[in-house]
Amino acid sequence: MTVMVEEAVRTLSYREAINEALRLEMRRDPTVIIMGEDVTGASHSEDETHLDAWGGVLGVTKGLVHEFGRQRVRDTPITESGFVGAGVGAAATGLRPVVELMFIGFMGVCLDQIVNQAAKIRYMFGGKARIPLVIRTMIGAGFRAAAQHSDSIYSTFVHFPGLKVVAPATPADAKGLLIAAIRDDDPVIFCEHKLLYDMKGPVPEGEYVIPLGQAEVKREGGDVTIVAISRMVLHALEAAERLAQQGISAEVIDLRSLSPLDEETVLQSVRKTGRLVVVDEDNPRCSVAGDIATLAATQALEFLNAPVKLVTPPHTPVPFSPVLEDAYVPSPERIVTAARATLG
Amino acid sequence: MNISREKLLWAYERMRLIREFEDRLHADFAAGKIPGFVHLYAGEEAVAVGLCAHLRDDDFITSTHRGHGHCIAKGVDLRAMMAEIYGKATGACKGKGGSMHIADVDKGMLGANGIVGGGPPLACGAGLTAKLKGTDQVTVCFFGDGASNQGTTFEGLNLAGIWKLPVVFVCENNGYAETTSPRYSVSGQDIAARARGFGMPSIAIDGLDFFAVYEAAGEAIARARRGEGPTFIEAQTYRYYGHFEGDSIRYRTRDEEAYYRSLDCLQRFRQTVTA
Repeated sequence: MTVMVEEAVRTLSYREAINEALRLEMRRDPTVIIMGEDVTGASHSEDETHLDAWGGVLGVTKGLVHEFGRQRVRDTPITESGFVGAGVGAAATGLRPVVELMFIGFMGVCLDQIVNQAAKIRYMFGGKARIPLVIRTMIGAGFRAAAQHSDSIYSTFVHFPGLKVVAPATPADAKGLLIAAIRDDDPVIFCEHKLLYDMKGPVPEGEYVIPLGQAEVKREGGDVTIVAISRMVLHALEAAERLAQQGISAEVIDLRSLSPLDEETVLQSVRKTGRLVVVDEDNPRCSVAGDIATLAATQALEFLNAPVKLVTPPHTPVPFSPVLEDAYVPSPERIVTAARATLG
Repeated sequence: MNISREKLLWAYERMRLIREFEDRLHADFAAGKIPGFVHLYAGEEAVAVGLCAHLRDDDFITSTHRGHGHCIAKGVDLRAMMAEIYGKATGACKGKGGSMHIADVDKGMLGANGIVGGGPPLACGAGLTAKLKGTDQVTVCFFGDGASNQGTTFEGLNLAGIWKLPVVFVCENNGYAETTSPRYSVSGQDIAARARGFGMPSIAIDGLDFFAVYEAAGEAIARARRGEGPTFIEAQTYRYYGHFEGDSIRYRTRDEEAYYRSLDCLQRFRQTVTA
């Protein structure tokens, strides 16, 4: 007789999984540091009760300062060009900084340091420099935070050679991808969806790496391929469930890594199903969604039985009004409708 | 001032090399041999050499679009530099960077930079590495009067100030940002005074006088090495050629150019040491 000892599946929130990845990497490698606005908080104060006042604006870096101190968990002034650029310079000279750019829209304040410095240095220097920098940043609408704090504009970074861009949808992926990002020798933009922070899921113990550039089939199916990014993966899975009740078998692919892009996983699925829906919370013009549609059109057109459908927000800034914002974000209903439309 | 004979010879050789290198490029560009844009450092040699005379190979510098002098003063290989400017695979950056992006991280040269004001945040990062690793490495951040107006420069000064980073900020005020004098573009006129607002020592010096640069740089770099934080130096200097090669230079007088040529840093160096 075989006795199966079932280990309790450990669940962590997306926030806790990211925090754990940071903690493990900082323990493993003393050159890993964290910098950003209020990543611990109250750095002016000697009062012990003020220590770790925030731990990041949504508490993602909470507790790390107690183990690693204020030298390695470093509050910065609100000067994104200054501290993102300092992250680039530190990365070029021997540290592995994890810099927090609080919201992705703040890229507008420091774009030069990301796209002209971090992204280009390795190439411009003939390969003789490495920039092992991670920029953690929040994306996503649904927080009633209005236009400047709700963007999902990762496609901007995908546009630049020299940057890697990651957008995990689950706690387990968040941990494994962040560890991979920290160990990578190139700058990685790590996009965390703020509405996922409280979502729980199984997360393996200890260190593990999910390689950058690998999509994952989150649900197998044969009738239609739904490619999604970040929180939209959850909406796609919900849509797939509803489609299944209607007798339609949808395959859901989580891109996870936007640059490098796992083209083969997408193409394999499209060759199998002959139908493609892409769900993306980013602005629709010059987007990753458009990029995936181009991929299918240029490399798998003969397999497509219907035009590709894109499910995205309208090409507007994110609205504040809860009614408008809820209508703005692609919903499972819209994904179901799009998938059905590809089936004629 | 106490400078060894060996150091004096090294400094003069470096300044002379920079001048010869830039004059050669001036001629080669005029002959149509060089692709793209080159920004020459001739006239400003005393600044780069006066600073780098106090640096070790493991110290860092960040540079500007006018970076050849900084590279030579920091010890980047001349042949690799020239090959890079010619866009050759044997160049310092395999021909991928060109004049505006020459770098040699092994020599602590963190790159010329095509973005005015691109360097100060990077210099803070190099300073942070030294601070967190507990080394006594120093970073010298070269930039111009044009960059003295950029937000990144102020952000860098602020970060270096609050974190007491071992960074020496060197504003090479060569009189013109492209075509425009700081008389037009710098509010308050006094660039060195700006840095004092960030709580660091700051002085303006005659950047055409190697010995003035050497002395101010020695103090600033020693202070940074001791962990006492950043210093700002405004070195007032002059560029002999245009903003870039091919510039018709219709924004200053030939008399002004002749005046500054009469204060030439190489000639003054010779006069001082042979007096």
